[in-house]
Amino acid sequence: MEQTMNMSKTTAEPAFDVNSSALADRRVDGTVGKIRVDNPRMSTTDVDVYYGDKHAIQNVSLDIGQNEVVAMIGPSGCGKSTFLRCLNRMNDTVAGCKVTGTLLLDKEDIYDPKIDVVPLRVRVGMVFQKPNPFPKSIYENVAYGPRIHGLITSNADLDEIVETSLKKAGLWEEVKDRMDQPGTGLSGGQQQRLCIARTIAVSPEVILMDEPCSALDPIATAKIEELIDELREQFTIAIVTHSMQQAARVSQRTAYFHLGKLVEVGETNQIFTAPKHKLTEDYITGRFG
Amino acid sequence: MALAYQLGLKRSVASAGGHASIRHLHSLPSYYGAYAALWCGLPALLVLGFWTAFEGNIVTSVLIGYLPEAVQQTDPQRLNLILNDIKNLAGGNIVSANVDPAMQQAAASYQDLLSISAAAKTVVVLALGILGTLWAWKRISPKFRARNAVEKTVNIFLIVCSSIAILTTLGIVLSVLFESIRFFGKVPFMDFVFGLEWSPQTSIRADQVGSTGAFGAIPLFAGTLLIALIAMIVAVPIGLMSAIFMAEYAGPKFRAVAKPVLEVLAGVPTVVYGFFAALTVAPLFRDLGDAMGLAVSSESALAAGAVMGIMIIPFISSLSDDVINAVPQSMRDGSYALGATKSETVRRVIIPAALPGIVGGILLAVSRAIGETMIVVMAAGLSANLTANPLEAVTTVTVQIVTLLVGDQEFDSAKTLAAFALGLMLFVVTLVLNIIALRVVRKYREQYE
Amino acid sequence: MADSPQKLRTIDIVERNLKKRYHAERRFRLFGLLAVVTGLMFVSALFFDIINKGHGAFLQTFIQLDVELTAADIDPQGSRDPEVLRKADYMGLVKQSMREMYPEVTGRSGRRDLYAIPSSGANLYLRDLVLSNPELVGTRQQIWVPADDDIDVFNKGGSTDIETETGRGIASPSGASGEISVMTTTNSFTPILAEVKENLAAQAAELQRDMKRLESSLVSLDASIVEMDQQIEQAQNTNPGHLQDLQNAREDQVNQRELNRAEIERLSARAEDKLKRADTPGGEEKLSSDLPSYLLKINGGLVKVDRVSNVGIFGRVLLPLDSANEAGDGNWQLLTLETPEDDRRMKDQMIAWGLKLQDQGRMEKRFNTTFFTAGDSREPELAGIGGAFIGSMLTLAVTLLLSFPIGVAAAVYLEEFAPKNRWTDIIEVNINNLAAVPSIVFGLLGLAVFINFFGMPRSAPLVGGVVLTLMTLPTIIIASRAALKSVPPSIREAALGVGASPLQTVTHHVLPLAMPGMLTGTIIGMAQALGETAPLLMIGMVAFVVDLPGGVFDPSTVLPVQIYLWADSPERAFVEKTSAAIMVLLAFLITMNALAVYLRKKFERRW
Ligand SMILES: Nc1ncnc2c1ncn2[C@@H]1O[C@H](COP(=O)(O)OP(=O)(O)OP(=O)(O)O)[C@@H](O)[C@H]1O
Ligand SMILES: [Mg+2]
Repeated sequence: MEQTMNMSKTTAEPAFDVNSSALADRRVDGTVGKIRVDNPRMSTTDVDVYYGDKHAIQNVSLDIGQNEVVAMIGPSGCGKSTFLRCLNRMNDTVAGCKVTGTLLLDKEDIYDPKIDVVPLRVRVGMVFQKPNPFPKSIYENVAYGPRIHGLITSNADLDEIVETSLKKAGLWEEVKDRMDQPGTGLSGGQQQRLCIARTIAVSPEVILMDEPCSALDPIATAKIEELIDELREQFTIAIVTHSMQQAARVSQRTAYFHLGKLVEVGETNQIFTAPKHKLTEDYITGRFG
Repeated sequence: MALAYQLGLKRSVASAGGHASIRHLHSLPSYYGAYAALWCGLPALLVLGFWTAFEGNIVTSVLIGYLPEAVQQTDPQRLNLILNDIKNLAGGNIVSANVDPAMQQAAASYQDLLSISAAAKTVVVLALGILGTLWAWKRISPKFRARNAVEKTVNIFLIVCSSIAILTTLGIVLSVLFESIRFFGKVPFMDFVFGLEWSPQTSIRADQVGSTGAFGAIPLFAGTLLIALIAMIVAVPIGLMSAIFMAEYAGPKFRAVAKPVLEVLAGVPTVVYGFFAALTVAPLFRDLGDAMGLAVSSESALAAGAVMGIMIIPFISSLSDDVINAVPQSMRDGSYALGATKSETVRRVIIPAALPGIVGGILLAVSRAIGETMIVVMAAGLSANLTANPLEAVTTVTVQIVTLLVGDQEFDSAKTLAAFALGLMLFVVTLVLNIIALRVVRKYREQYE
Repeated sequence: MADSPQKLRTIDIVERNLKKRYHAERRFRLFGLLAVVTGLMFVSALFFDIINKGHGAFLQTFIQLDVELTAADIDPQGSRDPEVLRKADYMGLVKQSMREMYPEVTGRSGRRDLYAIPSSGANLYLRDLVLSNPELVGTRQQIWVPADDDIDVFNKGGSTDIETETGRGIASPSGASGEISVMTTTNSFTPILAEVKENLAAQAAELQRDMKRLESSLVSLDASIVEMDQQIEQAQNTNPGHLQDLQNAREDQVNQRELNRAEIERLSARAEDKLKRADTPGGEEKLSSDLPSYLLKINGGLVKVDRVSNVGIFGRVLLPLDSANEAGDGNWQLLTLETPEDDRRMKDQMIAWGLKLQDQGRMEKRFNTTFFTAGDSREPELAGIGGAFIGSMLTLAVTLLLSFPIGVAAAVYLEEFAPKNRWTDIIEVNINNLAAVPSIVFGLLGLAVFINFFGMPRSAPLVGGVVLTLMTLPTIIIASRAALKSVPPSIREAALGVGASPLQTVTHHVLPLAMPGMLTGTIIGMAQALGETAPLLMIGMVAFVVDLPGGVFDPSTVLPVQIYLWADSPERAFVEKTSAAIMVLLAFLITMNALAVYLRKKFERRW
């Protein structure tokens, strides 16, 4: 990987010939499009991730703006989840995973040794691909975060947080009569919304969502998309998705990943209507992926 | 049998018309060989087995017929002694009683009988082998499906083997139940299960005081539970916490060393723990107690229980390790993503999730502790003592089974039968615990599969 | 709740609680580490204890005797007939030689102690020597024979620590044997006297502690008597029937109080006496057998100190002195036997004899072959694990021969051929449960079925093997099934595809692949069987077996049972033997388990 480091940093220009053929196995050396925004919530520069010897993310720089939804798309195994997990240091739990580069949250380097992951993860919450409610009651699932962080002083507080969180997640009406039943007994879509409620119960600033709808039917998906739209007003959201329609529907900006690299990023509209990069075009027109 | 195999093989090849046309045979030649060998060996071996099993009894009863009338009339025990002498005499060993001519004669005839029996056995077995081979020989022809015949035999053998487990259970249930029923014929069931006094030492003569003995098993149950409880108090926290530490905290190097070392505890025979308990831990506790002004019995329940706990640690920790590792990573991720620390994740997510499995493991461990014998035989008390004080000596069900059955015993006394009744209790209790535990564990596994 | 001031607050709250949470985190981690360390400590304590107790058993003390193999005693007719040689009274010769070595010992009980120095099996060594070499009859031979277990323990330093201190000044004994006094020109014995006094003070303190305890019990007795008085008063009005009982109980308590008071008096008098003696310096004090023993080594003899003053001692000669001459400065020693005589089996006289043997070079430690070759014996120095070891091997051989084929066959049937129906379900559940049935229950089964019903011989490895087979079968079946399961179906399909019958598929293709797993399971099962004790007790394998068993029908015992039997023996020397036997057993078990692990690692395959 002897690529020049400064090449992809802030340049918005393509760093190689867009029209070159056989692109699938050509090295991609830079990012097309506007990777910076005016008011970034999170800002990453030159991120590389290794799983042991495997170089899973190469040289990715990307901003996530205040109150915007950034969608990340790309073929399977291209490193979307890996990148997302870097943003709240979930990769710390993976043995042999190494992250380099600069990742800022409100101008603070989150990989600084002085930074504590606990408050970081309170600020940057995460919803996973597969719903993973705890084997506890619905109430306890949502109450888990506020409880461990000591955010509440009374039971009434907690009740209120649980209720508002569930309401925001659009689940309240469905579960308000069975709060003490196990969370694992809900349907897949309900479980996913429960996980979202669980995440927003600690009022994070950024929410990372890794294919939150991949296990859900269209109706549940629609509910969650609606939800994302509402949440955007308070939170900053980064979402990984395999569905381009979904990306088009919920996001303001879209980033296209390919083989561990960020190929193109831009206004969602622009990406889907006028992709600048050949790889992006191929992907969104369904030529591969 | 090897001969029969060769014969069968040759025959099959020959009947097919030589090596060149083996493919006319239905099965490979070796199957014909095996078929012949089976016919040669199986009947002969069966007869041999039965013969050997019953030879002793038959010869002895014939021998008794040879003995003088007077001797035949004596009580069975004396008769047994005499028979033993005769057998020893025949074997050229020293005998206890003076040798009289009648005995000499009996010994001689005993030897005769034995040699006749041996000769007859040889002849019959050989004859059967040859007959079997001949039969097989006759049946071998190209069309004969030797493979199917052999495979059928093998199949039957396999079925018999797998039924042995059932037969064992049946054997356990029947033998224990049968003797227990005889026991409950002498001592009422209710007295046994709810009686508060246990002193099985019946006196020799019926007219002596206290000749009946008392068979109330409550003190034994209480003692067993007390020791098992102490064992659990030692084993559960240590086993569980070390499993958690190994699974969630320890580095791979530490784990690679510490885990096998801890598992060594599981391979140590219980008699070694018994020795350790009786000769090291019990005196240690007694001295400690002395130093603190406490009266600790040298056979205290505490010592036996503590050592039993040490024995059970690896059991608990490896079962817990299994169930903790079965908790899916996504569960942990969910908790970490909310900003939980490791210990919060363990205590509030992993343990609740693994709880059924852990409980199942603990139940299995309890059943282990209840059925454990050697540690308590060597380190716990012998006399029944209804107490909850761990510093005193108590006795357990297994200790009583051993003391009642080891050494000389008459097989019909309430004393010996009581051991079987205790065995029945032990079997039933551990069985129930096991069934529940295995259920719980399996349910738990399915939940995450 | 997510508006901006609230947001700030959330993270602030988190930060504020963080310290406490990390504290809990560290505590939890520490608990975990502690648990592991405790477990590791148990392992090391167990092994340390056993090795510490047992390592000595691999060496055995031999002593050298000068034996006159008098022809008149061994073979008066001079026929040299092996039968005659075999029956001669060699013990007499051994005793004779002991008498010659210690001519000063004359009394009956003294002689008896003396004869106890060589092992009671020493005669067999003489016999074997003479039998193998009849020419020796009539000659005088120096022969090494095993020492008695007490001497053995002493020689290995197990009875007491001995400290030697060179004497200062001139010591003059009053005689060479019997009761003598030894005076010195210096205050050589002041330390002993001081120690005696110190000990007196300690004893006094002990007595006073006992007194305190009794006094506090007096207080509670007083209280309970008062309480009883009240109860009696009440009972007089309400429950006259109970009155007698209460009065009796009160009576008992009062008696107890009187007894305690008397005891306190007695203790206090004794404590006072001891204290007085301890506090007055000088004088002469008597040593008691609950104190360390002091021996004076002078002029080639040993004197046991009975009474001591600053400048002299009075005591009994244990080993006669060469002369009653004065011994110069530095030419005599004072030995301290740290363990009081009361607390050891070897009395001072025996130790003196033992010391002499050591000085003469007549005592040495040799590798203990007896331990590995002999059967059981009542005499620790003659007992070995040879018989038990053979018994174990025979039993294990029976177990292996039965359980491996049956276990594999059952596993093959259940995994490969059995239809999935209720019957096989029952078998499956049954096997799992059988694996957790207490082993002693299998012993009951063996006793009731094999011994009482089929009339098989008690104590025989055959029966033991059969019982252990039933016990280990579930382990082997479960492991074998797991091994079969891990063979991928593709291999079966491939074999069936080329026209092999199901049986051929299994025997030619599946079994060889599953064999390592099955062997691993079998080895683990065998290790279990090798360490098992309880069921074998039930079927009478606890017999005291001196002879080495020659076959599966001979009465025999097995290693773990031998350990159990020895652990019950009171002799100290058996503790050493037991631990050594455990070491041998553990060595086998660890080897077997390591082999199983190695097999598993080596053949571990990922499909
Ligand atoms: N724990 C891990 N250890 C080693 N390699 C990993 C690990 N997790 C992911 N990878 C590798 O890193 C690369 C990127 O994985 P990642 O999960 O980020 O892909 P993705 O874009 O999320 O794919 P998908 O759309 O299928 O979820 C893949 O090649 C994957 O094999
Ligand atoms: Mg992914």
